[in-house]
Amino acid sequence: MHPAFSVLVFTVISGAGYGLIFLMVLGHLFGVAVLQQQPLLISGSVLSLVMISVGLMASTLHLANPKNAWRAFSRFKSSWLSREAVFAMVFYPFALCYLLGLWLEGAALSTGYQIAGAICALLAFITLFCTSMIYASLKTIRQWNNALTPVNYIILGLMSGALLLCAVQAIVNLQLSEELKHLAIGLTVMGACVKVIYFYWIGKPSGSSIQTATGFTQASVRLMDQGHSSNGFINNEFGYTVAANKLLRIRMGSLALAFALPLILLCVGGVVFMVLAVFAALAGLLAERWLFFAEARHVVRLFHGDQRT
Amino acid sequence: MKLGLVVDMDTCVGCHGCATACKQWNTSGTIGPLSDKDPYGKDPNGAWLNRIRTYEIDDTPKSKTVHMPMSCMHCEEAACVTVCPTGASYKRAEDGIVLVDQDKCMGCNLCAWACPYGARELDPDQGTMKKCTLCVDRIYDTKLPEDERKPACVLTCPTKSRTFGDFDDPDSEVSQLVRDRAGKQLLPELGYNPVNTYLPPRNKPVVEVHQKASITQNIKGWVNKVIAR
Repeated sequence: MHPAFSVLVFTVISGAGYGLIFLMVLGHLFGVAVLQQQPLLISGSVLSLVMISVGLMASTLHLANPKNAWRAFSRFKSSWLSREAVFAMVFYPFALCYLLGLWLEGAALSTGYQIAGAICALLAFITLFCTSMIYASLKTIRQWNNALTPVNYIILGLMSGALLLCAVQAIVNLQLSEELKHLAIGLTVMGACVKVIYFYWIGKPSGSSIQTATGFTQASVRLMDQGHSSNGFINNEFGYTVAANKLLRIRMGSLALAFALPLILLCVGGVVFMVLAVFAALAGLLAERWLFFAEARHVVRLFHGDQRT
Repeated sequence: MKLGLVVDMDTCVGCHGCATACKQWNTSGTIGPLSDKDPYGKDPNGAWLNRIRTYEIDDTPKSKTVHMPMSCMHCEEAACVTVCPTGASYKRAEDGIVLVDQDKCMGCNLCAWACPYGARELDPDQGTMKKCTLCVDRIYDTKLPEDERKPACVLTCPTKSRTFGDFDDPDSEVSQLVRDRAGKQLLPELGYNPVNTYLPPRNKPVVEVHQKASITQNIKGWVNKVIAR
């Protein structure tokens, strides 16, 4: 699959934003000691809202006909993309209400604002899940059409959110809290595990082949001619191929940047290192998202000569 | 009604006549122009609703060249319709034709991702998704003579390897062809249940290749003859 840069930015940046607000609101409402400070909660919420909004705006850039984007809310019953759009929009009033509560009442919120916060956290999680299901629901791409896709998106969103939360907390208090540090370490280790499992999982070819695609299941089939002299939409969108050794290098690089380096920086602690950890993780996750697209092989490639997907 | 096409891979010669006729008819049809980008330049690109691919099946001396024209299969389980967030993609209840409302499409490409047959192409100029309409603006046109109320690709095919009809009617030409010639769906394991069906090539006698016998085989043959006598 051709990786559209706007989609990579959207899923990584807004994923981190949703992860941040989800963890922060839950920690706040369940009484985690370090998350009971008004300046920290306000800066965390604002940062997350900015990241989510930037991501959502980036996502509209890949539309070829954005003037009809408003119609994307209309097929909630069947389309995961529509569900994502609806939940992303419903999230805003609750998030803004929670933020207003923090502004007016500080960390000790009254019940109404607490409920708004809880709903906002829930919607953040659901939106993250809907984003992942856009990809996981496509039967045409076996690398995406499995349960690991939503697990990856949610864990990596929470992981980058936890790192962001650590960075915000470290900046506000000028010292990294042990509780948040342990949370971030746990989620980073989990993220790395989930990603490595995914890499192993997609390694083995299965399912459709050029034989089932053409219907000649009892003989070898070879493509002789694609039938056009220059690439069209199908080739450009689905024919995206990267050399295997380059993919391996990017895999290693993304694992190092997204998980290994933030882990080391977390163990060291400190304000500057936490900010560095966030940038490393976001860069690593951008590479990870790029791989998610570049390694996905659509079944239509079988008609264009691939023996297996 | 379940309208669709039967493509005979035995008789298709891969002339691209159907693709050209399709482009010609549909570029002025209900879904607006089928734009080309840089058509006479170094890297031309454009929306086509019909593509012909050529494969070699099996190995020599049994090998066979097969041409496979592919357009929208008008699947019964059309995932392109379910994933569409705007409601631009829809499947008509009355005849099963899958269409894109050009006024609603936002060009997100998700339907093309959901299609296993590569039937949907984004118009590089208009930014909306284009696909085979089964010439819906032709097959119901009562001003046309009745035998011309067929998709452009079917009418133009010089070897008559494309047949249009109703798959719900067991006595229609398409249903009979599918029965008699063991018609196949493409990628049946994905469960989209495509309506368009492909007829595999008929079995033809394999040309015998004369092989020279070795000396030992000749001697064995003579001995056998002597013993038999």
